[in-house]
Amino acid sequence: MVVCVPIACGGPVRAATSQQTQDAKPPELLTIEDLTVAFDGVQVLRGIDLSLARGEALGIVGESGSGKSVTWLAALGLLPDTARISGRVRLEGKDLLNAPARDLDAIRGGRVAMIFQDPSSALNPVIRIGRQIGEVLARHQGLSGRSIREEVTRLFELVGIPDARRRFDAFPHELSGGQNQRVMIAMALAGKPDVLVADEPTTALDATIQAQILALLASIRRETGMALVLISHDLGLVAESCERIMVMYAGGVVETASAVQIFSRPQHPYTQGLLAALPSLEGPLQRLVPIEGQVPDPAKLPPGCCFAPRCPKRRQVCDSTVPPLVETEAGRQSACVLPASLPIRSKTAGMSA
Amino acid sequence: MTPAILELQGISRSYATRQGLLGRKLRFRAVDEVSLSLEAGQTLALVGESGSGKSTTGRVALGLEPADHGAVRFRGTDLSQIDTASWRKLRIEMQMIFQDPLSALDRRLTILEQVREPLDIHDIGPAKEREAVASAMLASVGLHASNATKRPGQLSGGQRQRAVLARALVVQPALLVCDEPVSALDVSIQAQVVNLLTDLQASMKLSLLFISHDLKVVRQISQRVAVMYLGRIVEVGDTQAVLSNPAHPYSRALVSAVPVPGRPVGERLILDGEPPNPVARPSGCAFHPRCPFTRPDCRRFTPELTPLGDGRTVACHVVTPGKVRS
Repeated sequence: MVVCVPIACGGPVRAATSQQTQDAKPPELLTIEDLTVAFDGVQVLRGIDLSLARGEALGIVGESGSGKSVTWLAALGLLPDTARISGRVRLEGKDLLNAPARDLDAIRGGRVAMIFQDPSSALNPVIRIGRQIGEVLARHQGLSGRSIREEVTRLFELVGIPDARRRFDAFPHELSGGQNQRVMIAMALAGKPDVLVADEPTTALDATIQAQILALLASIRRETGMALVLISHDLGLVAESCERIMVMYAGGVVETASAVQIFSRPQHPYTQGLLAALPSLEGPLQRLVPIEGQVPDPAKLPPGCCFAPRCPKRRQVCDSTVPPLVETEAGRQSACVLPASLPIRSKTAGMSA
Repeated sequence: MTPAILELQGISRSYATRQGLLGRKLRFRAVDEVSLSLEAGQTLALVGESGSGKSTTGRVALGLEPADHGAVRFRGTDLSQIDTASWRKLRIEMQMIFQDPLSALDRRLTILEQVREPLDIHDIGPAKEREAVASAMLASVGLHASNATKRPGQLSGGQRQRAVLARALVVQPALLVCDEPVSALDVSIQAQVVNLLTDLQASMKLSLLFISHDLKVVRQISQRVAVMYLGRIVEVGDTQAVLSNPAHPYSRALVSAVPVPGRPVGERLILDGEPPNPVARPSGCAFHPRCPFTRPDCRRFTPELTPLGDGRTVACHVVTPGKVRS
C-alpha cells in the first residue's frame, strides 16, 4: 500500500533574522529545560526541552491534551496555583519560573506576548479596545495621553484594521471575530515583544480570514524580527508558517525537525501517523489511514512509550522503556527506540476502521 | 443517472432581526433561491464560511425549518405539502448529526438507551429485539460493547460522535445530513470517523448531505460540492473538478486559503475584507466588494448560475459573461 504524504516543495516563510544554519547558531532567546507540570498529582507535562532562537518561527503541533498550550502557560506563569511546575525556563539566561511577580509582569505582555484562540473572550467586553491597548502601552512603553492614541492608531494600521483612528473608541462586540483577533495581535505588538506565542490564533476564524491573519503574522515577523511560536492542531498550517516544527504527544515531545523534513521524511511513528491521517487537497484520492485508539488518559499513562498502544511498529521494548528524545541527525530529534530509517508505514498498519 | 433522493427547488429562508434593543425589525435572507439535487447513494457537500447559509439549507432540507419559498422534494414527494403524520413517517428516513456530539446526546442516559430510543419512538420492530438491534448498530459504528452502558461523559469525543451516528442510523435512514460532523475532532480521530462514514454509506446505501468548511475532508468524502456565499450558491459541480480547478473567484479564494505544506503564505489569493453582514447584503453579486476581478456589471446585476460545460455551474459575470439578471 502506498500512503500519500504531502511533499514539501519550496521553503517555508523565512524571516530576515531566522536561524538558517545549525553551525552558526545564534544565542538562544528562550530555552525550556525539563519542564514538568502536574495537576492534582497527575502529570500532564513530562519534561519538555526546547529552545527558541531570535526571530525564529517555531510550530508546535499535537492533538488535544498533548500539552502544547500548557507548556507556554506554565512557562509564562499563567497556570493556577494548583499546578505543580518544575524545570527551568530562561529568557536570555534569566529564569522565569522563579522570577518575582514584578519581573514577570514586565516580561508578560512586554518581551513575551501571547494571543489565544478566542479573541472575543480575551478582550474586556465593556472597555473600548483603544483603551485596552493603551493600558499595555502605558505599562510597557510608558506612554500617556495623546501619544497613546497615536500609537494605537499606528498599531491598528499595522495589523490592517480599517478606519484605524475611529476604531479606538469601538467596543469588542462591534467588531467581527477576525477584527478582534487583529486587535489582540495589535495588543501583543504594543509591548514590542521578542516572542509572540500564538495559541491556535485562527482556529475560531473562517478560512479566508485565517489566511489573512497568517499572512499578517508572517509580514509582522518580517518587519519586526520577532520570534513566533505558533501552536496549532493543524500540521499543514504550521508547516506553512514555521521553519521548525515540534510534535507533541501526551505531554511530551516526540519529534523536532525542520518543516521540510517533517513532511518529506517524518521519523517518529506518531508524526508519520498524523500525516497519513491528514486528508489532502491534491494528488490521487486515497483512503485515510487513521491512528487507531485514542490519546491516553494522563492519569493512566502506559509504562513505556506513551504512543506504544497505538503504534503500528510497536516492539516489546516499547512497553517497558520510555524512549528519550535523541538527536537522529543534525538539527532533528526523535523519541523512538526504533531506527529512524524504517519505512513510513508498515504494511499491516491501520487499515481496519 | 440515478434519480435524485433529495431535491431543493429555489428555496429561500429569511429571518427577522433587530438592530439594537429597540431598533426596527430587519429581515434578511439566510438562504436565497437555492436549488440542489442529491442523487441516491451519493454525497453532496455544502461548503462556505459562517453566515453562508449552509446549515440553514441543511435544516430546511430536513424540514426542521420551513422554507419561505421553493420546494423540498424527498423521493419525489413535496415535503411542504404533506401532513404531520406522513411527514413523521418520511422523517424516519432522514436523519441529521451535528458538530458537537456532547450537546446532541442526553447526559443522563446510557449510550445503548439513547441508540434504542428512536426505535421505541417510531415503534420499529418488535420491542424484544430492539436492544439487540441497537447493540448491533453500536458494533457497526465501531463502539465496543463495554461502552454500551456508559454515559456520554465517560466517552471520548470520537466515541461520542460514533454514538450519535449509531443513533441516527439505527432507524435505517436513506438520507443523512451531517453538519460539520468531524470539525471538533482531532486529526487522527477525524480520519477514523471519515472512513467510518464512507464505509457505512456503502453498506447502508446512504445518501449524505455533508456540510463542512473543511475542503480537505469534503474532497475525501463527496462526489459533488456546492459552494455558498451569503445564502446563494456560487458554484456547484463535481468535487474533484471544483477543488482542483475552482472557477468562481470565491471558490478560488477558499481553495487557496487551505494551508498546503511547503507553499509560502505569500502565494495565496488572499481576499480583502470579511464576509458582509447578510442584513446589509451588497447589491448585484454579493461577493463583488471582496472580489479581485470586479467589473461594473457585478455591482448592478446578480449573476445567474450558468453551466460551464463540464457538469459544473457557476454564478459569476467574469467567468460566464453575458448572462445577467436585473
